[in-house]
Amino acid sequence: MEDTGRQLGRHERYRGEHPVVVKGLANRFGDHVVHEDLDLEVRRGEILGVVGGSGSGKSVLMRSIIGLQPPSEGEVEVFGRSLTNAEPDEVLGVRDRWGVLFQGGALFSTLTVGENVEVPLKQFYPELSDKLRKDIASFKVLLSGLPEEAVNQYPSELSGGMRKRAGLARALALDPELLFLDEPTAGLDPIGAAAFDRLTLELKETLGLTVFLITHDLDTLHAICDRVAVLADKKVIAVDTVPNLMALDHEWIQEYFNGPRGRAALSAQALEELRKHMDMPIAAQTLKALDNAPDRKA
Amino acid sequence: MDSEAGFTISDEGEGHGTMALSGPWLVSSIAALERDLAGVEGPVARIDLSDVSEIDTVGAWVACDLAERLEAEVVGASERATRLMEAVCDLGGGMKLAAPRDAVWKRVTAKTGEKVYGARSGIYGVLGFLGAILSATGTLIRHPSRFRGKALVRQMELVGVAALPIVGLMSFLIGIVIAQQGAVQLSQFGAETLTVNLVGRITLRELGVLMTAIMVAGRSGSAFAAQIGTMKLTEEVDAMRTIGISPVEALVIPRILAAILMMPLLGFYASVMAIVGGATISNFALGIPFLNFLERIQDVVPIYDLWVGMIKAPVFGLIVGLAGCYHGMQVKGDSEQVGLRTTLAVVSAIFAVIVLDAFFAVFFTKLGWA
Repeated sequence: MEDTGRQLGRHERYRGEHPVVVKGLANRFGDHVVHEDLDLEVRRGEILGVVGGSGSGKSVLMRSIIGLQPPSEGEVEVFGRSLTNAEPDEVLGVRDRWGVLFQGGALFSTLTVGENVEVPLKQFYPELSDKLRKDIASFKVLLSGLPEEAVNQYPSELSGGMRKRAGLARALALDPELLFLDEPTAGLDPIGAAAFDRLTLELKETLGLTVFLITHDLDTLHAICDRVAVLADKKVIAVDTVPNLMALDHEWIQEYFNGPRGRAALSAQALEELRKHMDMPIAAQTLKALDNAPDRKA
Repeated sequence: MDSEAGFTISDEGEGHGTMALSGPWLVSSIAALERDLAGVEGPVARIDLSDVSEIDTVGAWVACDLAERLEAEVVGASERATRLMEAVCDLGGGMKLAAPRDAVWKRVTAKTGEKVYGARSGIYGVLGFLGAILSATGTLIRHPSRFRGKALVRQMELVGVAALPIVGLMSFLIGIVIAQQGAVQLSQFGAETLTVNLVGRITLRELGVLMTAIMVAGRSGSAFAAQIGTMKLTEEVDAMRTIGISPVEALVIPRILAAILMMPLLGFYASVMAIVGGATISNFALGIPFLNFLERIQDVVPIYDLWVGMIKAPVFGLIVGLAGCYHGMQVKGDSEQVGLRTTLAVVSAIFAVIVLDAFFAVFFTKLGWA
C-alpha cells in the first residue's frame, strides 16, 4: 500500500442558507439615486431572477454585489463574508468562487475562446500543468454547449449566441458555487434563448450552482427561475415565485406579468408543461389543435 | 484525510487492484496530485470514489480520464459525483481537443504567402481608397451643397489651431538648437554671422515643414485613424451608408482637406517660430541683436526657400491625412485593430513624408532653387 496524498489549502463549499445577502444597500450617482435601502437574500441552490424596468438598477445591483461598484451605503455579504469594507486579500478568497457572465460576453478579444477560459485558471491555480489546464478549458467550452472547433477560435469569429456561451465557459472555469448572469438571453433568437435557458438549468442542477440572473426575458422567468426579485422604486419590492408575484397587487408587477407579452410567455410555459405530461392521447390531441390554431392562447 | 486530496492503490493480485481516491477532488487541490497521477500504471480494475469528500467538474474529469486510461471501473461514487461524471465524461477526452498545430515549414510558408497576398490586397486597397476619394471629390465639385463646411472647420481647428502651442514650442526650441550648435561650428572659421543664413534657410526650406508634418502625423493622423476606426467598430460608418451619407464625403474628405489646408499655415508658423528662437539665442549668446538677426534674414534667405517649403507642406498634409483615414477605414473585427491601425497610420505617414522630402530636395535643386 502506498500513500501519495498531499496537503493543500482549499475552500469549503458554502453550506449556509444564503450565499448572497444585501442589507440596506444605497447607490447614488451625484443627485441620481439608483438604490435606497435595498435588501435582498439569495438562497443556496436557487435560480433567482432579477427583473425591473430599464434603468431600475439591475446591473448596478449586480456590480455592487461583485464589487465593481462600491456602494454608497449598506452591506454586501457573499458566502457569509462582508465585501463592503474588506481587504483586497479577503475579497480574493471569494472571487474564485463566483463566475460572472457580462452582457456582451466581455471576452478578451486578443485570446482564443480556450485561452479565455484558461485566464482565471492561470490566475488562481498557476500550479496546474499546461496540459491539464488546456484539458479543463476544452471540456468547459464543450460543457457550455460550444462545438469543439470553438476552442481555437477568436471571439470576433463567433456569433452573438456563441460569444455568450464562451463567456459562460469562462465564468464556469473555476467551478464556481455562485453564478452571475447579466441578461444572458438578450439578443439571442428564441431557439438560442431557450437552449441557453435549458443549459443554465442543467448546469445549476449538475453543478449545484446558485444563480443570480438578470433578465428581461419573460420566458426565462417562467421556465427556469425558482424565485424572482422585482426591482422598482429603488428597492426590491418583492421576491417570490412567479405565480405568487402575479397575485400581488402592484401596478408595475401586474403590467409586467399580465401584459400581453407576460401572458404569451405564461401560455407557452403551460403548453410546455402539458407536453411533458403528454401520455394521454386526448392531451396530445388538444396540444396539436392548440399548435395549429393561428392564435396560440391556451 | 479530510483536508487533502489523495489516493491509495491496493493490489489484490492478478490485475485486480483497487485505486481508492480520498479527500477533496477540486480544481484547487488537484494540481499537487497531477504528477503522481500521471505515474500511476495498472493493473487497476476499480477506482473507488467512496472516500472522496468533495468533487467538482475538474475532479470528475480527472477521475474519468484516469478510468479511461487504466480501463478501470468507477465504483462508490456519490450522487453528486455520478451526476458530474455523467455530465463531463460524455464530452470526450481532452487529448483529442489539443489545438492542431502545423509543422514549422508549413507555418513559415503559410505566413509568407499571407504576407505576399496581404501586400497585394494592401496595394489594391490604397488604390481603391484613392479612387473613392477622387470620385467623392468629383461629386462634391458637381454638388457643392453636399460639402460639409462645418466638419471641415471643426477639423481645421483640431488639426491647426489646437496644434499651435506644441508646434510653436517645438520649432522655437529647434531654432535655438540650430543657432547655438551652428555657431559653435561656424566660429571655427570665424563665420559666426553665417548662423543667420543657416537658421533662416534650413528652417524655411526643410525643418519647419518636415517637423510640422511629423508632429501633425503624430497628433492628427493617429486621431483620424482612431476616430474612424472606432466608428467602424461601432457600425457608425455602416449606419451612415444606410442613411445615404457617403463616409468618404462625410468623414474622409473634411479631414484630408483640413490637413492639406492647415499644413502650409502650420509649416510657415513653425519656420517663423524657429527663426525667432534662433534670433533669441543669437541675441544672448552670439551678440547679434535680435532685430539685426531678423533684418539679415531678409537679405540672406532667397524667397524661393519659402516657396520650397510651402509647396511641400500641402503634399505632406495630404499624405498624413490619407494615411490616417485609410488605416481608419481598414479597421474591422476587434478593438485590437484600432491600436494596430493607428500605429500603422503614423509610421507609414512619417516614413512617406521623409522619403518624399528627400525626393523634393533633389527635385528643387535640379530646378535651380538651390
